[in-house]
Amino acid sequence: MKRLSALLLATTLVGGGIAFAVDDPTEMLPNPVQEKRAEAIGAHLRCLVCQNESIEDSSAPLARDLRKVVREQVAAGKSDQQIMDWMSERYGEFIRLAPQFSWSTALLWLMPALALVAGLVIAWRATKRRVVTPAPLTDEERARLDALSGRE
Amino acid sequence: MNSTRRGLLTALPIVGAGVLGVGFWKMLQGMESGGFDPRAVKNPNVGRPIPQFAMPGLPGLGDGFTDKELRAETRPVLVNFFASWCIPCVQEMPGLRSISRNMPIWGIAYEDKPENASAFVQRDGTPYARVAADRHGRVAIDWGVTGVPESFLVAPGGRILWHGSAALDPQIYDAEIRPRLAGL
Repeated sequence: MKRLSALLLATTLVGGGIAFAVDDPTEMLPNPVQEKRAEAIGAHLRCLVCQNESIEDSSAPLARDLRKVVREQVAAGKSDQQIMDWMSERYGEFIRLAPQFSWSTALLWLMPALALVAGLVIAWRATKRRVVTPAPLTDEERARLDALSGRE
Repeated sequence: MNSTRRGLLTALPIVGAGVLGVGFWKMLQGMESGGFDPRAVKNPNVGRPIPQFAMPGLPGLGDGFTDKELRAETRPVLVNFFASWCIPCVQEMPGLRSISRNMPIWGIAYEDKPENASAFVQRDGTPYARVAADRHGRVAIDWGVTGVPESFLVAPGGRILWHGSAALDPQIYDAEIRPRLAGL
């Protein structure tokens, strides 16, 4: 029983990520290659009603309408770029779940690289920390050390 | 460790954090209002000509209209997307009726059964000079509408001057629409 529920949990977790909200199977394109492409494009388009969901994940009526548009354009042979541009022409950059790289988003996109470089510099500096050479013992200290260690 | 080095090491993280903060602030500023505020979705159609469309009318309320007819208007027109199933649309009706005494409002019924939309519009007196039905919401997508009610101020010739995504009332008319009419 425990094993079964673990299996169920695992399939729910793994399957949850790919369960799209296509409410009605007739929405789907008959050609599975085109349908897969449409799903991939839809996964990058924000549902403007739910905002943190893609149109493939959302069951809002607007998302349903936009899914339909994506499928019509995929079937008409439009490229991914053309479909994304068609969408952002109407709804602005906000409809892209991943913003395009530009001067205003450069800091956002380059942040992981900047953080990595900063981390490497700090790590490199930490390992290269200068070893301070201790000052040589004075005669007095040497004599005391010899006395303590029992050497004559 | 000498004092210059100590000063440098103290200043470095502060300056770094400052640069990042200013950078991200600039980034958000560059996105304009609505670019990052989820409650104020920016409509990129403002400033552009209206999209092309041709829509049928509602039963008992005329023949609908096309983008050509809207472009041909010599007065500014307020275009209002509404639906009988939308509560804020019900709330904005008295406001629309009062605005309609100052300027023509053309209504577009969004994803609504024609008979429901027609009954809704006629129930307490229509504020609309003309009404058309966007049965499947396809015209609304071309206007960048994300939900009803949304309104657009269209100048003669068909350029969109202003977009509002809240229920209209006389206060919004005085604050947002009237000054833009004066500028024409």
